[in-house]
Amino acid sequence: MTHILKMLAQRILLGLLTLFAISLIIFLAVSMLPGDAAEAILGQAATPETVAALRKQLGLDLPPHIRYLDWLGGILQGDFGTSIGNGREINEVLGTRVYNTIFLALFAASIAVPLALFCGILAALYRNSLYDRTVNVVTLSSISTPEFFVAYILLLLISVKAGWLPSLSNVRLDTTFAEHLEKTLLPALVLTLVSMAHMMRMTRAAIINLLANAYIEMAALKGMKRFRIIVHHALPNAWAPIVNVVVINLAYLIVGVIVVEVVFVYPGLGQYLVDAVQRRDMPVVQACCLIFAATYVLLNLIADILSILTNPRLLHPK
Amino acid sequence: MKSNSAEHLLEMKNVKIEGFSDRRWHDIVNGIDLKLKRGEILGIIGESGAGKSTIGIAAMGYCKAGCRFKPGSSVVFDGLELTSASEEEKRRLRGARIAYVAQSAAAAFNPAHKIIDQFSESVVQHGVGSREEAYADAKDLYSKIKMPEPDTIGFRYPHQVSGGQLQRAMTAMALSCRPDLIIFDEPTTALDVTTQIEVLATIRDIVELFNTAAIYISHDLAVVAQMADNIIVLRYGDLVEEAETRTMLDYPKEDYTKSLWAVRTFEKTTVAGSRDSEPIVKVSHVTAQYPKTKEPVLFDVDFEVYPRETVAIVGESGSGKSTAARVITGLLPPLEGSIMLDGEILPSDYHNRTKEQLKSAQMIYQMADTAINPRHKIRKIVGRPLSFYLGMEGDEKQRRLNELMDMIEMDPKLYLDRYPAELSGGQKQRICIARALAADPKFIICDEITSALDQLVAEGILRLLDRLQQELNLAYMFITHDLATVRAIADRVIVMLQGRIVEQGEKNMVLQPPHHEYTELLLSSVPEMNPDWMDRIMAERTSGKGMQSAGN
Repeated sequence: MTHILKMLAQRILLGLLTLFAISLIIFLAVSMLPGDAAEAILGQAATPETVAALRKQLGLDLPPHIRYLDWLGGILQGDFGTSIGNGREINEVLGTRVYNTIFLALFAASIAVPLALFCGILAALYRNSLYDRTVNVVTLSSISTPEFFVAYILLLLISVKAGWLPSLSNVRLDTTFAEHLEKTLLPALVLTLVSMAHMMRMTRAAIINLLANAYIEMAALKGMKRFRIIVHHALPNAWAPIVNVVVINLAYLIVGVIVVEVVFVYPGLGQYLVDAVQRRDMPVVQACCLIFAATYVLLNLIADILSILTNPRLLHPK
Repeated sequence: MKSNSAEHLLEMKNVKIEGFSDRRWHDIVNGIDLKLKRGEILGIIGESGAGKSTIGIAAMGYCKAGCRFKPGSSVVFDGLELTSASEEEKRRLRGARIAYVAQSAAAAFNPAHKIIDQFSESVVQHGVGSREEAYADAKDLYSKIKMPEPDTIGFRYPHQVSGGQLQRAMTAMALSCRPDLIIFDEPTTALDVTTQIEVLATIRDIVELFNTAAIYISHDLAVVAQMADNIIVLRYGDLVEEAETRTMLDYPKEDYTKSLWAVRTFEKTTVAGSRDSEPIVKVSHVTAQYPKTKEPVLFDVDFEVYPRETVAIVGESGSGKSTAARVITGLLPPLEGSIMLDGEILPSDYHNRTKEQLKSAQMIYQMADTAINPRHKIRKIVGRPLSFYLGMEGDEKQRRLNELMDMIEMDPKLYLDRYPAELSGGQKQRICIARALAADPKFIICDEITSALDQLVAEGILRLLDRLQQELNLAYMFITHDLATVRAIADRVIVMLQGRIVEQGEKNMVLQPPHHEYTELLLSSVPEMNPDWMDRIMAERTSGKGMQSAGN
């Protein structure tokens, strides 16, 4: 176990280093944008004097490295700073937004991942059959369609025509868990449709890739059933590529849902980011970007760990 | 469940199998008949492409992907016609009543599951017993076949166990449901001779202990002679000859069978150049280590190769033979020691060597398939060193290409514009030789170059190398685990064990007694063409003579 812990510590350190580099890149990129919050707040009323005064008030007149260190120092203490747009602590809003986004992502993943694995395994088992072709066509079509389009189609069919589900996902702090599930089921279905194809096809490909191996033929010659050969003999060796694709899709479910959140007016991190960009609310933009980056780093770390845990060669060295 | 009504356990009649490739069906097996009684062992001999494995698994009613039985074939196992049986009926037989032992246990064991779980899988899935019973039985079998730590070794994963042990574990696994018939498909081909003899002993013990019938497939006659009651010889999917083992060994009828028997007669007749001159390669006190290992893999290795001389390095896998080649070619810079080529000390890393130094020492690899680019034509493969080292282009290059192809006895007009996939294994290895020769080297390292080839083809390669040595004054370093090859081609022999040279000298000196005890073990483990050989050796070893294999 010690070598795994060592590898883990190494990966976490590397992840932190990556995050540090990303914070620098985010900060630089945001500083390079034309215009700033002072100009945005003052809008038409901006004169050079009022802008300079507001900049001073907001601390925007300090040299960039000082501002960066202030910002970084704050984050290290768990403080993302103050929103320039409305003067509120970012932390207050961020907590619920992150919760909402992760809620939706996990909800979508809990449908998409098992479904993708199941369909992928069946596709590998009955490869080149009618089922295989159908499931490929359906998932590929849905991934090739823009997600807002899928969203509007589902909205039209399920909420407008059939009236089964609400069309708005306007959850609030006092929304109960069951209500939350009901209100996010539609966006979760959209996300399932657009993320499933990738995972399903990787599951199928990773399993089929292994079918030429001698141990698969051996299992057949041991008189094992076809389903058992796929699930017990091929799948355990196919986890590494599958896990990687699943995790990348999870990251997409958290980071890439902006459009879906906007369509369903869901108060998640993506919408928070979009609003902040419109208002030139740089501290919020920076905070959101950093959280997105951290999501990627963390999920990749999890993918690495899972790859190790599913590989007996790494888990049980000689 | 078992019926004794049928006289024969297995009866194959007029078995024809075809395979689909290049958009048409090809015949692989053309009408083979064979019969097997309970407790009897049948040996199947043949070169690659003879259809041995195909026949072996056909006995289970199984065809590889893309192959099928032709109409009229009949495989009857204990009264059941397998060619017309349903998949479910066949599935119930496989693993339970007919078991299979594959050539490479390392590839045939699933890397994701413990060895003992793969043992118990058949038992549980076929409803023969519970998992606990299977565990207990596995431990019992492991101890019967004298595996080390029989109670715990099964709880390891396949990669944690050596190749020889895995092969024995696979033999035990085949027995898990106490089948009536076991198919052994080249079960020892991938093993060192010292390990091979242990696995062979295991197989024989098991077959005797449980009175199991077996089909033993191999290209190695001496091995089959130890195992089988009867032998059949196959060639291109046809039955060549069939006889009782001793009859087959002593009085082979067909010419093809005789030619197989006679394979090991080639011996280098010419005398090596004298050792008075300067050595072409001098390896001085080399100690080397791979970057990720804790201990060196070569210790104080010291030898010389003279012009026109063939030095064979023998040893088991892991003895450091190939590492020595990597040090000489500069792929692995040594920790200590130096390499001298043609009188000058070579930079230890090949990056720092001059073209002249690089071209003087060439290498030929075991797997011609992986050593040549499948997407290049032969012209490009052999021509590349001509332009790279010698700057040849145009007519000059074409002339030289023709010469080189003539040297390896392949018609330039016919072969220069082909792709490697259009050549046989032996021809591909000849192309590798031509590529090495194209650089105009003084010294060639041959790393197990004949071990993937059939004996007749291998012999052709050895003769070719011998002739080229005389014509071009080449020096060879021949890395091999096959002592028959050593006898055939070597002038001098170096025996390596665990990274050290244990013995070196002229071939006759090393191969004649008295030997170093490890050399003795190696030599005595090579199967002889005599059915009683193994009984004798095992009796000698159990009485305490000799030493244990290095692998264990």
